[in-house]
Amino acid sequence: MQIRPVGPRALLVEVAGPAEALALAAHARAVGVGADEVVPAARTVLLDGVEDPAAAAAALAGWRPGAPVPAGDLVEVPVRYDGPDLGWLADAWGTSEDDVVARHSAIEFVSAFCGFAPGFAYLAGLPERLAVSRLDSPRTAVPAGAVALAGTWCGVYPTASPGGWRLLGRTDLRLWDAERPSPALLAPGTRVRFVPA
Amino acid sequence: MTTLLVRSSGPLTTVQDRGRVGLAHLGVARAGALDAPAAALANRLVGNGPDAAVLETTLGGLAVVASDGCWVALTGAPAPLEVDGARRGHGRPEWVPSGALLRVGTPRTGVRSYLAVAGGIDVAPVLGSRSTDTLAGVGPPRVEDGVELPVGTPFRPPSPVDTPRPPAPGPLRVWPGPRADWFAPDVLDRLGRTAYTVLAESNRIGLRLDGPPLARVREGELASEGMVLGAVQVPPDGRPVVFLADHPPTGGYPVVAVVDPRDLWQCAQLRPGESVRLTVPAGSPGSPGSPGSPGAPAATG
Repeated sequence: MQIRPVGPRALLVEVAGPAEALALAAHARAVGVGADEVVPAARTVLLDGVEDPAAAAAALAGWRPGAPVPAGDLVEVPVRYDGPDLGWLADAWGTSEDDVVARHSAIEFVSAFCGFAPGFAYLAGLPERLAVSRLDSPRTAVPAGAVALAGTWCGVYPTASPGGWRLLGRTDLRLWDAERPSPALLAPGTRVRFVPA
Repeated sequence: MTTLLVRSSGPLTTVQDRGRVGLAHLGVARAGALDAPAAALANRLVGNGPDAAVLETTLGGLAVVASDGCWVALTGAPAPLEVDGARRGHGRPEWVPSGALLRVGTPRTGVRSYLAVAGGIDVAPVLGSRSTDTLAGVGPPRVEDGVELPVGTPFRPPSPVDTPRPPAPGPLRVWPGPRADWFAPDVLDRLGRTAYTVLAESNRIGLRLDGPPLARVREGELASEGMVLGAVQVPPDGRPVVFLADHPPTGGYPVVAVVDPRDLWQCAQLRPGESVRLTVPAGSPGSPGSPGSPGAPAATG
């Protein structure tokens, strides 16, 4: 764990990976680190709006990687697996389209962090050997609800937007709704399973 | 209920308050008035609390009709203010009679002007704020011609005097960024010696700057990480972008420096074509090489 100051009121904490970032973010909230924002990402946690950076850094000192993280809620996401990149994924994985669906829906993903758009969750869980490249040139329009892969990440587009991820299929679930008490369906820590619909 | 009927919204007018806090981990930026001290001054002048919503108008062009008499104040970029064609003052409370037409002209300097009305702009808050986030599409829609904006109930009389800020802006004071070590060791000195030109693509998301590119000494991609307001991000073309209120909460380019919160308001008022410098103040705790320099890792474990 390495702590880098970010201006006078924020700290960036570097950790080994998304699981550690999620665990450290949970720890920071649990111990009351005194930050307006606790933002886990791929290999860091940002503490922003910190009144006393030295005290915040001290509050994190007791955390050790590997400490158990409370399991988040499980959300099941029904998917119509009819995405335009399904055939490409089958070729890339050296298998059939049905097997791509079987493998994807067998994984329990965990929402590691959000970014790109409100409610867009980076879902960790795809094994490294199934990592996929992004499109050379992003699509100008990806529909809301598109279920997609890039690298070892899985994501669901909350709103229609441009995007360069490989599209597997589509869900009707609302990923983002500012009127809900929890506006992001897949907030960091949420466990996610995709169910063929 | 008092309303403001928008006759013209100009190039861009949005409703802004102090923004929404605590949602960056869900992908939602703070938003809020870009020139926060100017918005706060406008609120104080009309007797509003600090959380009241104001109108942020870009290069003027705003025209509204008040349904009832109300106190208003215009601050920020010094745009001419007219009520039914009569010239009114900047940075002080002004009475607008019922049915009068209020017009904000084009400022000669600066970019963003703030119109506060006693009682505040009372549109429905979204996730605890009345701010429009132009990137994420969260908050009230941007103000369009023909809309009628509700005004809240005034709860204090206007305050006739306040202390406007000093008019002469200086260089933007910056702190070393968390990824300054991705650049040459003298990158912060070079940044301070360079006059950057503000690009026309600047907006509420970022202040885009043109100048000699900042070269990296470290190759490869940065994993996406949390970004703060005022982060000076350097994309592969080497031209810095200062992240403003509607910035994406995470980003994948290294942050070379962070603008001091006290100077962020200047970023709201810099015009395309104007030049600006970013300096690490000598002798400050953030200056390169000083003890406890924030550019250096502070702790390991």
